[in-house]
Amino acid sequence: MPDDTTGTSKESAEPTGGEQSSAEASGADTAAQRAAGGETPRSGEVEQAPVDAEGAEVNRTGVTAEGGTRPAPSRAREGMFGIHGTGDTSGFGGLRLPGYAPAPAERPFGGWFDEFADDFAEALRERGIARGAVQQITIDRGEITFYVQRDAILDLCRTLRDDEGLRFELCSSISGVDYGSADGSGDVVQRLHVVYHLTSLTYRRRIRLEVALDVEDAHVPSVVEVYPTADWHERETWDMFGVVFDGHPALTRILMPDDWDGHPQRKDYPLGGIPVEYKGGAEIPPPDERRSYS
Amino acid sequence: MTEPTPTPAEERRTTEGSVYTVTGGDWDTLIDSDHDDRIVINMGPQHPSTHGVLRLVLELEGETVQQARSVIGYLHTGIEKNCEYRTWTQGVTFVTRMDYLAPLFNEAGYCLGVEKLLGIEVPRRAQQARVLLMELNRIGSHLVCLATGGMELGALTGMTAGFREREEVLHLLEFLTGLRMNHAYIRPGGLSQDFPAGWAEKVTDFIKVMRSRLPDYDKLLTDQPIWRQRLENVGYLPLDGCLALGATGPILRSAGLPWDLRKIEPYSGYEEYDFEVPTATEADCYARYRLRVAEMHESLKIVEQVVKNMEPGPVMVADQKVAWPAQLSVGSDGMGNTLEHVRKIMGQSMESLIHHFKLVTEGFHVPAGQVYSTVESPRGELGFHLVSDGGTRPVRVHVREPSFVNLQTMPAMSEGGMVADVIAAVASIDPVMGGVDR
Repeated sequence: MPDDTTGTSKESAEPTGGEQSSAEASGADTAAQRAAGGETPRSGEVEQAPVDAEGAEVNRTGVTAEGGTRPAPSRAREGMFGIHGTGDTSGFGGLRLPGYAPAPAERPFGGWFDEFADDFAEALRERGIARGAVQQITIDRGEITFYVQRDAILDLCRTLRDDEGLRFELCSSISGVDYGSADGSGDVVQRLHVVYHLTSLTYRRRIRLEVALDVEDAHVPSVVEVYPTADWHERETWDMFGVVFDGHPALTRILMPDDWDGHPQRKDYPLGGIPVEYKGGAEIPPPDERRSYS
Repeated sequence: MTEPTPTPAEERRTTEGSVYTVTGGDWDTLIDSDHDDRIVINMGPQHPSTHGVLRLVLELEGETVQQARSVIGYLHTGIEKNCEYRTWTQGVTFVTRMDYLAPLFNEAGYCLGVEKLLGIEVPRRAQQARVLLMELNRIGSHLVCLATGGMELGALTGMTAGFREREEVLHLLEFLTGLRMNHAYIRPGGLSQDFPAGWAEKVTDFIKVMRSRLPDYDKLLTDQPIWRQRLENVGYLPLDGCLALGATGPILRSAGLPWDLRKIEPYSGYEEYDFEVPTATEADCYARYRLRVAEMHESLKIVEQVVKNMEPGPVMVADQKVAWPAQLSVGSDGMGNTLEHVRKIMGQSMESLIHHFKLVTEGFHVPAGQVYSTVESPRGELGFHLVSDGGTRPVRVHVREPSFVNLQTMPAMSEGGMVADVIAAVASIDPVMGGVDR
């Protein structure tokens, strides 16, 4: 991992997360990330956007695409033990780390990222898409992530696929991530994310688009009309996370039975969750209710 | 001689029309003026020709497929969810069970992702061993594809031959890793242990055996007229269709694009090895069959080079905060910790015991962030999207399974063709339902 492509500036971060007893090697990184997402923001940190981030975006539209206008998830760190209501038997299930809030990258990005970001911005301008559609660019571990506005996702995908300088012909993967916690403790802003991995076969590049959603309003436009392969990916994301892809031709469950309640890969859905039934009517409680360690 | 009177097919009425349960010998009772030629057939999930627990719903007009849809989920085991409740190392034992014909690819792809998150690189010997194992596994997986594909098309000798050769692969993998399947041998940071003594001879013998047997497939199938008639110009999917539907692996390469991640984005030192990426332009089932046979020969070439170039050295990173503390060995009661290690942690060093306990129960911390790492599995791009919040367990493990994505091409390959060609198309996609459903 070349250091110059790392967007998070570890030097400026004050480790506030305490010493990690068993992972000193990775402790510095962890502490830096923790500081970035924890309660003590760095000075000038745009990550900790105000609640009315929408208003801030309006001001920024057309000015810069690379500021950090994305509301940051935040969650305080909590202790390890005393965990209830999950199937976790490791004894460490109560460990709650702060929400992951990657810092926006700063120029120069290094590698092909600078050229690509310029081409992308130019393509957006040509097509009349507001630059505010891209809320943040993060470069981490040699991978570039664009945090984008959900209403723009279809236009962005179309641009990325069709523009001659971009040519992302293949949509490798679409999936969800739930950054919330099992017991709902700690308020994570927009905890549901939909992640798009696009691949350019022409230029041999990979990028990631990420859309953050509120659980109460988990809607995002479907990209099936741009990438037909998104059909099953979006059905799986609906099935597992309950994200509604508006405009999908047939958004039905794909892995779980059609009459299933709930969306199993949300963090507030327990591991197990339903009783295990045997022939003859015998029934044992679901795995997450069987034993208590505290 | 009197004709046996057929028992009428069982009938029940639904909102969509009548549903008949046809058991064979009773089709005559359905052919009358009341019914048109259009029928919807449910095939699977328990059917010998659907390549696993895959359910196909086919709308037929006579014998022509008007619409085809696949129904999946019968083997969903919640592996992605389970991974979130275990440490990063324990995740290996879950992901190895997804695509059960290519377990070592699952392990390698997952471990490469974890290593990218950790920012570590595994020792050279571990990289070479991974390449060796993956290529052996690729041969085994392609053999099963030929075997089950042959069985589904009625070429039973192809099945017995394919499974016989695959047994050689499994024997060798058992010798090298300890298990035939679900190895959990590749771990974040390297391998669980080094190869046993005498591995090079075993692998060399294996190469010799396979070199003598692989040409038999050309004799048995490649130019056999029935095999060609069943596969040629069947299941056609051109390049633009492949890209739109996300197909990778042999399907994409059969349409003419030499897209192989081992060459495009080399990992684990694949750039060192001399091998070809076979391609074809026919984009049909026969081209995919030929590519798989050719890929097995290329894999043997890579295995041969690994055996020649493998250097002694550690197979696990030196960082004791990541490396599994125990040195494993085979004792009288099976594999376990070496006696020296047990003596050390129980009798000599309290700190070692604490370290061992912490690393095994709690696991190592992975810096927060997300990565997408890919390997070229026998079926195409196998991608792992891993998210960490800095803890000892993943926030999210998403697997971009090539079987899952490639299976979407089934309707495009089959609609407008004959029912029998659906079977050929599904066999050429080679979906493994454990991977599709996860």
